[in-house]
Amino acid sequence: MGTLTIGCYPGLVGSMAYDFALKLADAAATKGHKVNIWFSGNATGSVKAHQKHLKDYSTGEKYLTALLAKGVEICTCEACTVARGILKTEGIEKIQWNAMHWYLAKIHKSDRVLLIGGE
Amino acid sequence: MGENVKLAFIVQKPQYKGETSRLAITHAIAYQTVEILLEDGELVTPTLCFIGEGVLGLQKGQNAMELYGITSTESHIKNTLLVDLDVLICKEDLVKYGIPEDALPDAEDMGADKKLQVVPFAQIQKAMEDAKHVLFF
Repeated sequence: MGTLTIGCYPGLVGSMAYDFALKLADAAATKGHKVNIWFSGNATGSVKAHQKHLKDYSTGEKYLTALLAKGVEICTCEACTVARGILKTEGIEKIQWNAMHWYLAKIHKSDRVLLIGGE
Repeated sequence: MGENVKLAFIVQKPQYKGETSRLAITHAIAYQTVEILLEDGELVTPTLCFIGEGVLGLQKGQNAMELYGITSTESHIKNTLLVDLDVLICKEDLVKYGIPEDALPDAEDMGADKKLQVVPFAQIQKAMEDAKHVLFF
């Protein structure tokens, strides 16, 4: 089994690329691959806890929590996140907060790297 | 000896069209501190490349801080030179958009010896071929 690292940049709402990134991560993790996800840019808005899952909107929390339970490592860019007014204490549990070098370090150990979307 | 993983960061969008072009620059600069998360001897070596519309917005004399209160792309580019990143600019695309090479910034005022490298696309393609991973922004 391999290691896949996904850099995810698009926002949770307003882009289907975010949903695609999470579904791809789930498919890879289900097959037994090691998966890392790095959130940067607008994607970092998705790490806020207590999202209300309205049926007309994309949601992140439900799927992120499921991915974490499967062993997927997820990290958000701390600078991008706090710039959007989200504090670490408000974030989804077990999502890591770090700087861009986290992404580069995961890339170093990866067999495949995908950079998804971004406005 | 640990592995030196070469990366190619390819910027193909202008900075005014989205956030990711700028993020490409800051992510590339982050190679400076990645060693704290790697084993001894392991390295990440990015090459930052600007092609297509990505070459727009690189000119010197930007006033982003004065006008918008944010760091300019020019300032970020200077930082890449300060940390000795290889930054390749596609020569053909500069010509296509009528941007003279002397319109590009350097970081001599910050003490950097490194210069932006205006190169034929073939050299950027070689950087992509040499890289283990290619990241398109």
